[in-house]
Amino acid sequence: MSRLKIRLKKIKSFLIYRFVFFNGIISIIVLALILAFLIANSFRFFTAYPILDFLTGQKWSPTVLEEFGFLPLLTGSLLVTLGAIVIAVPLGVGSAIYIGELAPRAVREILKPIIEVLATIPSVVIGFIGIKILAPVIKELFGLSIGLTALTGSVMLAFMSLPTIISISEDAVNAVPNRYRYASIAMGATKWETTLGVVVPSASSGMMAAVMLGLGRIVGETMTVLMITGNSPRMVFSWLQPVRTITATIAAEMGETVQGGIHYSVLFAIGLILFIITFIINFISDRFINRIRES
Amino acid sequence: MLILTLIVVAFVVGIVVYLIIKGSGAINWEFLTSKPSAGMREGGIFPAILGTLCLIIGTFLFSLPIGVLAAIYLNEYASKNRFTRIIRLSIVNMSGVPSVVYGLFGMGFFVIMLNFGRSILAGSLTLALLILPVIITATEEALKTVPDSYRHASLALGATRWQTIVKVVLPPALPGIITGSVIGIGRAAGETAPIMFTVAAFSQPNLPDSVFSQVMALPYHLYVLATQLTDTPEDMQWGTALVLIFAISGTAIRTKFRLMRKD
Repeated sequence: MSRLKIRLKKIKSFLIYRFVFFNGIISIIVLALILAFLIANSFRFFTAYPILDFLTGQKWSPTVLEEFGFLPLLTGSLLVTLGAIVIAVPLGVGSAIYIGELAPRAVREILKPIIEVLATIPSVVIGFIGIKILAPVIKELFGLSIGLTALTGSVMLAFMSLPTIISISEDAVNAVPNRYRYASIAMGATKWETTLGVVVPSASSGMMAAVMLGLGRIVGETMTVLMITGNSPRMVFSWLQPVRTITATIAAEMGETVQGGIHYSVLFAIGLILFIITFIINFISDRFINRIRES
Repeated sequence: MLILTLIVVAFVVGIVVYLIIKGSGAINWEFLTSKPSAGMREGGIFPAILGTLCLIIGTFLFSLPIGVLAAIYLNEYASKNRFTRIIRLSIVNMSGVPSVVYGLFGMGFFVIMLNFGRSILAGSLTLALLILPVIITATEEALKTVPDSYRHASLALGATRWQTIVKVVLPPALPGIITGSVIGIGRAAGETAPIMFTVAAFSQPNLPDSVFSQVMALPYHLYVLATQLTDTPEDMQWGTALVLIFAISGTAIRTKFRLMRKD
């Protein structure tokens, strides 16, 4: 082989490497682009509107009063998220313990695919079911004039986060070494005592990761909350009132804004806040997952 | 614990059974193949089915090559250092970004800045970004199952690294890559928030003629029928929901089953 050929070959493999490398860092590029874009587009809002009024404002009225108070959206998101977590954690962790620890093999083989089905249902269908089935029930149950409330959103979001919470918690339960169980039973503990006193504490780190990831899904979920939480950006502190979350606000208002205007810009600003919140949640859950891998 | 599990199971089975009972009445040949009429209160959902199909194809074309190459970099080239850890962390974070934020970005970047307009192109690109983490992770898992002895044998015969990857490593990993991608793209096809401002049309009975066309899409159509219009027939709403869930969940489950049987 001539030297030229060898050189060409070297250049070729170098170019291929560069090309593959560029694709390899695509996730960093995309994240950086998204962040840059959110910041650039929200810049106009932060220069035109006092940031303190934004963060402490109690009124969200972007078109009529041109007031952009963030608190109603924040309380809306907090109400819905808190409610969803309170419902999802016992259901998710309980199911994971049952499926991973207590259920006979045959039952487990039936249960796992059923929960996987839940993960594949599009959020717009969950929202649709919420409107048609859950909202009337909530309306009747609490004697409300309208069934689209924060609670309605919490219930549906809780179920949407379950596949994540159950599958990761179950992995955590399965990762507990059998010698722990044998040791506990050899000491005279019952199956129940072993599960609650030995298995669950050992798996708690993984369960925390599972709940954090579920939390990330709940906070970021858009269509379901847009459809069933009543679309009312008012500051309320009750689960039985209609609310509007951060995500739903972006989805509901983006279509009607003037491009480049202050309303347009504020939606990027709350998108930026949402991005940062989910980033932190993911970072924490990644920490938990790494801790499990190391141990 | 059993009771908690039963609640979850009842929820899932309840939804699926209820959708089938309420939706199957609406589904007939005409519903699936005709255009909406009378302000979307009559007719069918064909443009929405076709639009979603276009988006699936577009998403596939953009996300598969990039995702597979990214996974090849991580599994075949990257060394275990701090930088690789940052890449992995950013993949995890990418999958955690809310879909509505992808929608915002897609609108600002693809629709406005690159001037693609609300189009199949802009929508597919946005959805492709959304599912990149899924495809990267699935491909990497598949690449990991190829034993190192294959690579060593190929390299020992004088093949270059790239030849080894293309001819030796990729072929056995392909079924895994395809399965993971189909599941990822199924998820993308069911998303509404990212396509609301990048492609989806409220009503667009004309069929698309280029990648710059705006199209209707099944998930957005269900949203419109259920919340944006008053007195649309219940039948049509349930029918659309059933078609959507059949297309999305049905495909995902069939793919998973095939994978399980192979194991």
